[in-house]
Amino acid sequence: MTGVAGIQSYGAYVPRTRLPLSVIGGGRLKEGGPEKAVAWNDEDSVTMAVTAAVNCLRGLDRGAVDGVMFASTTYAFREKQAAALIAKALDLPRGIRTADFSGSLRAGTAAIRSAIDAVAAGSARNVLVIASDSRMGAPGSGLERNGGDGAVAFLVGDTDAVASLSDAYAVSDEIVDLWRGDGDRFVHSWEDRFVIQEGFTPNMIEAATGVMGKLGLTASDYASICLYAPDARSHAGVARGISAKSDQLQDALFGRLGNTGVAFAPMQLAAALESAKAGDRILVANYGDGAEALSFEVNDSIEKLADRRGVSWNLARRRVVSSYDKYLKARSLDSREWQAGGDPGLSATVHFRERDEDISFCGQKCLQCSAVQFPNQRVCETCFAKDDFEKARLSDRVGKVVTYTFDFFFPTPDPPTVVTVTEIDGARVHLQLVNVAPADTRIGLPVEFEFRRIHEAGGRPNYYWKGTPLPDTDEVD
Amino acid sequence: MSRDGIKDKVAIVGVGCCQFGENWDQSPSDMIVDAAYEAYADAGIDKPQERIDAVFTGALYTQKGPHECSDALKLWKPVTMVSNYCATGTDAFRCGVMSIAAGMYDTVLVVGYDKPKDRGVSGPSVMMNGVRDLPQTPAGWFSLCAATYFAKYGAGREDLAKIAVKNHHNGTLAPKSFLKREITIDDVLNARMISWPFGLYDCAAQTDGAAAVILTRADLARGYRDDPVLVKGVTVQAGPNPQKDPTNDFLSWKPTGWAAEDVYRQVGITDPRAEIGVAQVHDCFSLTELLSYEDLGFCEKGAAKEHIAAGDFEIGGALPVNTDGGLKTFGHPTGATGVRMIYENTLQLQGRAEKRQVAGVESKLALSHNIGGHPTACGIAILGRD
Repeated sequence: MTGVAGIQSYGAYVPRTRLPLSVIGGGRLKEGGPEKAVAWNDEDSVTMAVTAAVNCLRGLDRGAVDGVMFASTTYAFREKQAAALIAKALDLPRGIRTADFSGSLRAGTAAIRSAIDAVAAGSARNVLVIASDSRMGAPGSGLERNGGDGAVAFLVGDTDAVASLSDAYAVSDEIVDLWRGDGDRFVHSWEDRFVIQEGFTPNMIEAATGVMGKLGLTASDYASICLYAPDARSHAGVARGISAKSDQLQDALFGRLGNTGVAFAPMQLAAALESAKAGDRILVANYGDGAEALSFEVNDSIEKLADRRGVSWNLARRRVVSSYDKYLKARSLDSREWQAGGDPGLSATVHFRERDEDISFCGQKCLQCSAVQFPNQRVCETCFAKDDFEKARLSDRVGKVVTYTFDFFFPTPDPPTVVTVTEIDGARVHLQLVNVAPADTRIGLPVEFEFRRIHEAGGRPNYYWKGTPLPDTDEVD
Repeated sequence: MSRDGIKDKVAIVGVGCCQFGENWDQSPSDMIVDAAYEAYADAGIDKPQERIDAVFTGALYTQKGPHECSDALKLWKPVTMVSNYCATGTDAFRCGVMSIAAGMYDTVLVVGYDKPKDRGVSGPSVMMNGVRDLPQTPAGWFSLCAATYFAKYGAGREDLAKIAVKNHHNGTLAPKSFLKREITIDDVLNARMISWPFGLYDCAAQTDGAAAVILTRADLARGYRDDPVLVKGVTVQAGPNPQKDPTNDFLSWKPTGWAAEDVYRQVGITDPRAEIGVAQVHDCFSLTELLSYEDLGFCEKGAAKEHIAAGDFEIGGALPVNTDGGLKTFGHPTGATGVRMIYENTLQLQGRAEKRQVAGVESKLALSHNIGGHPTACGIAILGRD
């Protein structure tokens, strides 16, 4: 049925690698203590966004998506759109609108609200909104301890919305509290009591009470309240300020996930939807150069949405990084004799020609003999027919390992790299694996695929796909 | 396919090889001159400008092309450059042989060389053009047969280690080899891992080097030497990239089997284990040598480990392999390797291999084998006396 614009589906991504706070700065590992999710060296805001979007679109028709909005403060380029790259990685149609939202931690909620507005106005039908961040806290800083990495994606439309936007309220505020200038590596912050007392807390309370006032509601009317906050203490301060009770507060996941920046409040919304029931109200309040609060109402369709790979699904799958040194290497925070960037990198024209293979992970199927092959070639590998193929998307298929090796020579913070030849629908592809230990690698292992950074030749992130064991073969703690 | 091939039409009358190693103080030209002038002397040629009709040269890492060899030797004769991965040297040799068999030239020089140690990196290069190129290291792609082969035939790292120990021993017997150090099985098993199951000692030593061969018409050969060596057969085969070949079983490298079939047909070999007296096979990694034993027909598929244990491929064994230490210890300057193998086989057939001489080999055939790319190219040359 056509109805009020809202969220039709969601999906999340949290890097498997978790850094125990105990090891930060070189401390000893304490089992069971607080930790944070960290993007590994082959991950960034774009790769996390692609996997979150894959999880959001699982079982849905990608051809119906007519817009991609990407929100992040941490995309590698000042000029070059991430949304177009993400759309290509998802093998979405070319005839869609794409936009990046950036510049503020509020970009995630701004993108969600913009997508809902676009759908409500009739200028788009199914918009994919993705919020993703991997912010760099300077070694020793508060952000290094409290920050985390992650992504969340929502599909916005006006049919079968599982949660509809009832109303929203935004406050704009000019304040120098957090910033990262052009060329800066790390996020800077003014003195934290000033940030909390004059920026964060009053803006958040103003936005949250603003939307509740428009709707004639109070905090007690909400089943879940999702609050952005830089840390647990300031989170509690805003909760008190709007009279939210602890059982209404969506778990902000400090000590498990960390503050994921632009994605933080939207990931809490996704987590709230995992357990929401029809009729529930969800409040989302987000901060950054002002604040914005969104009030959702959960619809009956929530019962029909198939299980999603959401926040809890991702949090249950983890690999502890036992050494601060490996983290520093993965984030290029260590000292190196050689810095990447002196080489000219990959050929842009080769990249252009190979986008279907490398970014969309599409191969071809021979229309004569039906053999699937990768990469694309003019003459069939199997029957030698020429130029008679159709596109075959491999990224959403399941493959199996044909053979493997463990490469200690390939540069990575944590050798070895698991390298395989993997068969996908009959095509043989040379692929690295992630999320698997050498001891668990075997011939016949079933794998699915994730979009990752493959290297940084030319000082640019270069993306490709890697294999990851099917979830039912994972070890879940 | 031609019915009569090139058997006995072309003869080797001179061979030369420079000292292989990390030749920091030598340019490619220096090494080319060392190898070529040794070959001239071996053939009794003192005015090469008057005797050499053409040059066939091969190198993988050169930035300068055929000019590099031409300018070093100053023969001012046609120079053709060949590039075919690790089969480059054998392919340059093949082109020289074909040019004489075709009647184009009487006497030609073949020079294989490479200078990888000018690149400032240890180990192999990584190609970088498209995004799928970089995450591949040669150890990474040659090891892809290990998991499958071990699972099917029950072999393991210990079997590979025996090959490395053998080649290290043989290297101590060759004056121009790079590494001259005996090692033990434990040394191999305990070494730093490069790409499982290859530890450091399972990998060949990449070095600088150059090797040269002088070829002439068989009927002119005794004008140069009274013990010429005849080319019995030579081939280069191309196969699909094994990583994307949907029928690859990862138990062997197809181009070796295909090349062996072709060259054995040319020569008329029906029982390679009995007819071949010495072999230089491509041991870029220990497993590459093991698979080659089987794919070249030196033993049954899956039986290599028993023959390794029996010492069949050691000097003094039934079919000695890599008598000069092979790529493992003699060194692997890519373009030179195939020509270096022909240098060694020529010395063996002429009884000039000194401490590493295989007894009785003069009455048998000598085989040399290269495989390169992913691997996608294989070259084999078979030599013999009259």
